[in-house]
Amino acid sequence: MDGFPILTAMLLVPLLAGIGCFFVAANAARWLALMGTLLTFALGVMLWVNYEIGGPQWQFTETAELFAGFKYALGIDGIALMLIMLSVFLMPICILASWNSITKRVGEYMAAFLFMEVLMIGVFAAQDLFLFYIFFEAGLIPMYLIIGVWGGDNRIYASYKFFLYTLFGSVLMLIAMFWMVAQAGTSDIPTLMQYDFPVAAQFWLFLAFFASFAVKMPMWPVHTWLPDAHVQAPTAGSVILAGVLLKLGGYGFIRFSLPMFPDASAELAWLIFALSMIAVVYTSLVALVQHDMKKLIAYSSVAHMALVTASLFAFNVQGLEGAMMIMLGHGLVSGALFLCVGVIYDRLHTREIDRYGGLSINMPYYATFFLLFTMASIGLPGTSNFIGEFLALAGIYQASTWVALVCTTGIILGAGYMLYLYRRVAFGAQKNEDAAAMPDMDAREWGMMAALAAAVMWMGVYPESFLAPMRADIAALDARLAAAAPQGDSQLQVGPPRAQAANAIAFEAHDEEGAH
Amino acid sequence: MQTQILLIVFLPLLASIIAGIVNKNAPSVFAKSITTGALFVSAILSWPIFFAFLNGSATAEVVPVLKWVQSGSMSFDWELRVDALTAVMLVVINSVSALVHLYSWGYMDEDPDQPRFFAYLSLFTFAMLMLVTANNLVQMFFGWEGVGLASYLLIGFWFKKPTAGAAAIKAFVVNRVGDLGFMLGIFGTYLVFQTTSIPEILEAAPAMSGSSIGFLGMRLYTMDILCILLFIGAMGKSAQLLLHTWLPDAMEGPTPVSALIHAATMVTAGVFMLCRLSPMFETAPTALAIVTVIGAATCFFAATIGTTQWDIKRVIAYSTCSQLGYMFFAAGVGAYNVAMFHLFTHAFFKALLFLGAGSVIHAMHHEQDMRYYGGLRKQIPFTFYAMLAGTLAITGLGVYHLGVGFAGFWSKDAVLEVAFARGTEISVMSFWLGVGAALLTSFYSWRLMFLTFWGKPRWIESEHIQHSVHKTPADAGEDTTGGYHPHESPIAMLVPLALLTVGAVAAGQMFAPKFLDDAAFWAGSIFYNENLIQAMHAVPYWVKYSALVVMVLGFIGAYIAYIAKPDIPAKFVAAFPWLHKFVFNKWYFDELYDRIFVKPAFWFGRQFWKLGDIGTIDRFGPNGIAAVVERSSVAAKSIQSGYLYSYALIMLLGLVALVTWVLF
Repeated sequence: MDGFPILTAMLLVPLLAGIGCFFVAANAARWLALMGTLLTFALGVMLWVNYEIGGPQWQFTETAELFAGFKYALGIDGIALMLIMLSVFLMPICILASWNSITKRVGEYMAAFLFMEVLMIGVFAAQDLFLFYIFFEAGLIPMYLIIGVWGGDNRIYASYKFFLYTLFGSVLMLIAMFWMVAQAGTSDIPTLMQYDFPVAAQFWLFLAFFASFAVKMPMWPVHTWLPDAHVQAPTAGSVILAGVLLKLGGYGFIRFSLPMFPDASAELAWLIFALSMIAVVYTSLVALVQHDMKKLIAYSSVAHMALVTASLFAFNVQGLEGAMMIMLGHGLVSGALFLCVGVIYDRLHTREIDRYGGLSINMPYYATFFLLFTMASIGLPGTSNFIGEFLALAGIYQASTWVALVCTTGIILGAGYMLYLYRRVAFGAQKNEDAAAMPDMDAREWGMMAALAAAVMWMGVYPESFLAPMRADIAALDARLAAAAPQGDSQLQVGPPRAQAANAIAFEAHDEEGAH
Repeated sequence: MQTQILLIVFLPLLASIIAGIVNKNAPSVFAKSITTGALFVSAILSWPIFFAFLNGSATAEVVPVLKWVQSGSMSFDWELRVDALTAVMLVVINSVSALVHLYSWGYMDEDPDQPRFFAYLSLFTFAMLMLVTANNLVQMFFGWEGVGLASYLLIGFWFKKPTAGAAAIKAFVVNRVGDLGFMLGIFGTYLVFQTTSIPEILEAAPAMSGSSIGFLGMRLYTMDILCILLFIGAMGKSAQLLLHTWLPDAMEGPTPVSALIHAATMVTAGVFMLCRLSPMFETAPTALAIVTVIGAATCFFAATIGTTQWDIKRVIAYSTCSQLGYMFFAAGVGAYNVAMFHLFTHAFFKALLFLGAGSVIHAMHHEQDMRYYGGLRKQIPFTFYAMLAGTLAITGLGVYHLGVGFAGFWSKDAVLEVAFARGTEISVMSFWLGVGAALLTSFYSWRLMFLTFWGKPRWIESEHIQHSVHKTPADAGEDTTGGYHPHESPIAMLVPLALLTVGAVAAGQMFAPKFLDDAAFWAGSIFYNENLIQAMHAVPYWVKYSALVVMVLGFIGAYIAYIAKPDIPAKFVAAFPWLHKFVFNKWYFDELYDRIFVKPAFWFGRQFWKLGDIGTIDRFGPNGIAAVVERSSVAAKSIQSGYLYSYALIMLLGLVALVTWVLF
């Protein structure tokens, strides 16, 4: 791998494929996009295989001075590696998911996805603050287009809401970035991660970044763009939105807010906790009453992401690793759930939950996959999301038992709304003839589901593959945060132990007294 | 022993996966054979391990399987731990599961979805085995949730019935309430001990008995709060009072499921957890007091409901709930070996009763209402004798001075005696509640027997029978059988009944000395309280005979009410309508929970959605801004094309301009 600019290659392959898509016919565009994303995935696998666990923190670095200190600088640590893997894994699945359902402007559609892949890889690999910003914001443009051009009936409203929200946040973040670069004299992210900004300034910088990341996350109360965007987006758009774009906020917190402004993070942790606790309960309850499948899953995403934010601000290793694992797990599982919706949407063209029912009868394999992903979504041990939720909640508990209690109610509410959804879709009688006549999955759908299911199980049974690359980076972050970390409310005080067991009784004494 | 342990645990998983994947692509006999075969192998491998622990030739063993999670100082792996306690559970789980698999060949014979059913059963067994072989709390939680999943799937097996779907969700969600406690308990335990490994926690627990910890702003004894949180988990899984509401509804599942999961194995997981963690609980007196009170209250409360129900499976379900209460208060007073003994014997006789009930239901064309049974003794004699043995076992027939008795006599009497012997106010109160519950147990068990097997046939009243014989009660006239002929069940169902009958009769007699008195057998796998056991044997004779006396009283009561003077129950209901209604409606727990949890959850969800998201956030957020922008944008109208890409383009251009401006 020495010297081969693999990250640049991973940007170029989808870029070129995307450009190519403009110039070929619909079917060729599909194949070109599939090949392009598969090749990128193959490069991703190479990246992972060659990533040296325990090696330098930043690997595969590439730098090229452009102008005025603005650099084309790429490089990844374990955290970025995992998120890049998530992106390149989901991409071919998205292309497959759009295979038959997209019939107009196919070339442009495929190009939009491929460009999005470029930008997503870029955002995680960027080592220059402004390069990051460009990828971060530009990544939304293909998403606007995907929703706005190939979306549902109300697509303009949805894409416009999406636009307004994200615009609001990003302006503030950009201003903060300029200030930071002026202060620290560099736009190099690894250097900034070690830079100690004045505590007073951290507060404002944190809030400026927070405005952007909270919207991307999305955190309550700036979450309302997400359900609309999901509902209007085509299936593959939802998969990428839930699978990768929602992770940008979390990535932002872990890469910028926490290491760059540790004191402000500690000071404002109460705010994050409060918003996260509200989100867990509030959005879970809202999810319970939804009639639209995509909206339900979108609201559940907000609840899951709230767990990510809460555990990031727990300031300990379990919290940070838990947050990363939830992001990875949720990326797979929510993507898979949107695919599940897509499979039946393609057949019946409705997302109304009540139009379905009894699908276990005519679509048994579909029902099995749907069940697996439902269970993964509610954090059943053995699936990816359990690892994340467990570590996250364990981390939160060490910070605050109150927050842990409220966030853990999410496991009850989550089971409630997901199983209620599953029951209405897959259980019960077949009340609609058209729904009862739907055929089970075809080979293409099987392929997508099986790939996701395998990844979900792998992450649940042997998460070490995913935790190991991130371990050193999380430990470094934890060390950076250690000084600022607030104390938990558990405060164990060891006292002299009791002399005997709770149910110890002196029987011999009785005996001698002849009590019986 | 390592290979055997691996085979025991993973064969059922393998069989389940194969059966699930092949599903209907092969004749159902394939899935049935492979799962049943795997379970019989597991069962046959389990018994020698159990006997090796019985005669003291085996020692505790941990088989490492795979690394699981390493996060900072938190680390837990996939491991299989087998010690005396696990060995007991292995024989219980695998034996009952194997027999239930076999039984299902007959019971589920006409079902089109048999491969799925058998795959679920084997999956359940695997999860249960993972639970009992766990060497750390997280793997125990894995098994805990795994059995929850299997239970959900099996309760909802006949998913076309709306009631089955509802019962399945209820079981899962109510269990999740318990899981909330379990999870917080694990987090707290990790915080205190910096490990989730059970042996390490148990070793370190006594040193922490005097420490205190903050929890939700309170300052509490560390071990008390940890044990209370863990016990909340146990309450959910073992259907103890307050979290019991899912168990009766779980009877929507096929009867073999009720026998395996909701009687013999899964619902005892809570008791197992307490016993596994008994050295930890012994450092937490307040937690144990709560365990005792909840156990005793459940044992009495569930028994009262059992006396009024008409559905044969619901009676047995409440009976299970009640018997679990006995196990809990035995554990609560410190007699974990007695709790395990009752768990062991209960598994046999309760599985027997459920499978017997299944055989009755099978014979009666799926009718479950005992009001439409009657006189079945002659028709299905084999089932009758098996159920009789089960009834004698659960009611605990046996005479102390003769030293003979059915399984329940040995274990239930030990529970009562040990509660009395413990001698605290709470434990003596538990003793009296336990005696009261024993009276009710005898009454409802004999009521079940009399309604089902004695008296005149009342079959024609049943809609199921009417469908079968194509007659209405009016057509049938005097002949209340309606011309229906119940048939004894096939051999596949009778063999399990016969084997379980042996267990129900002899398990107590055979294993009492080891389970109750042999500290060496337990070999430190549970907290064994030598003094308490000696005190148990030394209780006065009236205590030892109290259970027998109330058993006879209950029998006489049921005989009078359902054989000698059958008009008494109706008169009783007429005399105390409020009492009957209260008990018959299960103390109105379902209605209460519906009012205070389920309905408000939906109400709040709708309010948050309509008034919160749409009415407030959107109205003043994006839509509000949009309106402002619209009003002030007349000047800029020319560039507001309304096309998305133009917005995007403008944004990108603005961005580039901004960057350029700042940097140069």
